[in-house]
Amino acid sequence: MPGLEDLYREIILDHHRNPRNRGELAPPASHAVGHNPLCGDEISVYLQVEDGIVTDVKVGGQGCSISQSSASMMSQAIKGKPVDEVRALVRRFKGLMSIPDEDGNPIEPDPDVKLGDLEALQGVVKFPVRIKCAILGWNTLLQALEQG
Amino acid sequence: MSSTFDVAAIKAQFPLLQRELNGAPLVYLDSANTSQKPKAVIDAMSTFMEQHYAPINRSAYQLAAEATDEFEGARTKVRHFINARRDHEVVFTKNATESLNLVTHAWGRANLSQGDVVVLTEMEHHANIVPWHMLVQELGIVLRWVPLTSDGQLDLTDLAQTLDGAKAFSFTAMSNVLGTITPVQQLCRAAHDAGAIAIVDGCQYVPHNITDVQAWGADFLAFSSHKLCGPSGIGVLWGREELLDAMPPFLGGGNMIADVRFDGFTTAPLPAKFEAGTPPITEAVGLGAAIDFLNGIGMANIRQHEIDIARYAMTTLTERFGDDITLHGPSNVEVRGATFSFAFRDIHPHDLSQVLDQRNVCVRAGHHCAKPLMRLLGVHATARASFYLYNDTDDVDVLADALDGATDIFGF
Repeated sequence: MPGLEDLYREIILDHHRNPRNRGELAPPASHAVGHNPLCGDEISVYLQVEDGIVTDVKVGGQGCSISQSSASMMSQAIKGKPVDEVRALVRRFKGLMSIPDEDGNPIEPDPDVKLGDLEALQGVVKFPVRIKCAILGWNTLLQALEQG
Repeated sequence: MSSTFDVAAIKAQFPLLQRELNGAPLVYLDSANTSQKPKAVIDAMSTFMEQHYAPINRSAYQLAAEATDEFEGARTKVRHFINARRDHEVVFTKNATESLNLVTHAWGRANLSQGDVVVLTEMEHHANIVPWHMLVQELGIVLRWVPLTSDGQLDLTDLAQTLDGAKAFSFTAMSNVLGTITPVQQLCRAAHDAGAIAIVDGCQYVPHNITDVQAWGADFLAFSSHKLCGPSGIGVLWGREELLDAMPPFLGGGNMIADVRFDGFTTAPLPAKFEAGTPPITEAVGLGAAIDFLNGIGMANIRQHEIDIARYAMTTLTERFGDDITLHGPSNVEVRGATFSFAFRDIHPHDLSQVLDQRNVCVRAGHHCAKPLMRLLGVHATARASFYLYNDTDDVDVLADALDGATDIFGF
């Protein structure tokens, strides 16, 4: 069994205790809510997109340390980024979580897309049932982008 | 602990509980979810498949007769286990969820119409909520809810008023979240006084207690095999003969018909009327073996053991963790089973479950298919430790030690 230190890295616990970009944005910011029906975790993503740039992002909801810290790190990583870079990051992160692409093929890591702190979540793949926790915020982000 | 109850000898009869993971024994505390299986059940199913397996109720050869006898023998065992009047009042389904859906589809559609009231309690799980919500959408029935007291029992203060004019009262005999055992007999009587039928969800109660549908005065009882040491894939709906006879069928197909013509069909007598298609044959045999196994130990003994375990768990966890642990549900062991939903410090239940897993402690984390109750408790999820006849006080101690480990990681 993999050790818990792979899962609960210090930076993850830090984002869990002190989530970044917590809050809401008023319309016309787009807003999506993602649920994990299995465990009841819930994440809200508010997205302000201006001229193809994510100018502001807020995250709400509740859930375990992995779902909440992943969403918190995500919010830091995408703020100020062009939408196409955000989409590339989502793809890169899904690859990190061993999630295949739309055709069921593994996602090859794009060397141009830097994960930064998000690398800390790499250990989640050793705990397959927690991948859905880590990915919840990212799927919600995609929903919010569709609305924008 | 009761001196007549040899938990070590009972545990020894469950092969899976002998398994070690990562060099340490398993501590299985998720029996409210599904229970482990004793060797007697596994062997009964293997032997049946190796020696007697054949279609039931439709072939003339000897082997088919043997299979039919075993299958129907299981029905008789179920009848005695819940003290029903007749074998044919016992209908085999897929699980308790299907049993409750059978009631809402067949009885509900035939007997309910717009504006009719059905009463549920606030501690029901989704299987006894969603099928009724579906009738709200389809027929326009109205749901009323019996509220809870602060210690997680049913608040019966206004029960007569809530039931006034209702057609059905459907309630759990034991909450899967709070562990609360409800006063089933009193609730059945109150339903009948109001002219409503009484539908009992026995998923959590039947595996742990003596069940007597006649003493209760119930009209329907639903429960699953897999929570009472039997296999998954089979459940039971017991119903009073008059009600079952008056109901239209649920699923249509083979076995449930008396005759089929190009212009229609007539239904078979009970219980075949509600058992369309090939049933879970081997699973019925397994369920029968599980009932034999439980009867061999004695349901009264099992209940007493769980009272002892519940008391030990409450004392141990409260003494060790004080205000850091919140145990939901009644503190009086006489009105609860050994199922505990709890909050531990501020650690999210999923994280807690992950940490406990390092010690092979299997608990459920989540909403326990009871989201309305979760909202009422003001929580999104809980961790739940549920004990059964094979759990001992050591299991409680390992749980407590493992909770200490959670404290270390999350830094309190």
